[in-house]
Amino acid sequence: MQRIIKFTFILILIFTIGIFYLSLKKDNNYSTVNLVGKKIHNVKLESFEEDKLFTLEDLKKNNFTLINFWASWCAPCRAEHPILMNLNKTQKLKMVGVNFKDKKKNAESFLNDLGNPYDFIARDELGKQSINFGIYGIPETILINKELLIIKKYVGPLNKQDYYKILEIVSNL
Amino acid sequence: MKIKIYILTIIFIFNISHIFGKDIDKNLIYKNLRCLVCQGQSISDSNSDFAQTVKLVVNDLIKQGKSEDEIYSFMADKYGEWIVYKPQLNKQNFILWLFPYVILVSGGLIILYQFRKKREKT
Repeated sequence: MQRIIKFTFILILIFTIGIFYLSLKKDNNYSTVNLVGKKIHNVKLESFEEDKLFTLEDLKKNNFTLINFWASWCAPCRAEHPILMNLNKTQKLKMVGVNFKDKKKNAESFLNDLGNPYDFIARDELGKQSINFGIYGIPETILINKELLIIKKYVGPLNKQDYYKILEIVSNL
Repeated sequence: MKIKIYILTIIFIFNISHIFGKDIDKNLIYKNLRCLVCQGQSISDSNSDFAQTVKLVVNDLIKQGKSEDEIYSFMADKYGEWIVYKPQLNKQNFILWLFPYVILVSGGLIILYQFRKKREKT
């Protein structure tokens, strides 16, 4: 019995140290980038200009849709904008921009200054629709396919590597 | 006697309806959801933009008639298990859930063994 007690004690000690060791090595900043493969549902995006709703049926029409969450007050959104402008040139990709908690006038002047890369612009004044996409800060970008599955998620501004990755995914169809 | 029966029946009906018509405590839900952009704060404690938006969505879900568990599942589906302070038992975390019980049982067995040993000696 003494042996069993010793063995159990050592086992618990190894387990505890192991957990501590793994936790210390782990990055503590939580990110949702790995939450891919999930299907999006309950989406009703209000159009930026017209009195129209953008629904899941509209998303199903495209092979790939890149949904970008942006605002005029967000500095990193400004930084990633040239990449979005380049992605707009890709025929196989439809781009939806969700204007997040922003003033319409400021958003319009942002697009007038830097160009409009979006095929559809939606408005999320209170940020509630963004929760349906699992957004917790902007800029965030989601690449979805025809089946409405999230293929890729980018938290923070898009960079050149992301740009080439998106092109690779889209052209592999 | 009849009056007593009436009073007891009313109390019984009131309690039953109270159990079935249990209101959802939105503050409890806020407390059980983690603010992803804060340092160790729940949605309830935080005044961040993200926390405010989550509160609005939780209120909407309550109005739609969703239960507390359905709200947690919804949030976990969108943001992962990390957003819930009490995650559901699954393949990834079952050791974490079972570990305290294993410790409790093995501790109990050790105490029992020592106790018996001591008794045998005396």
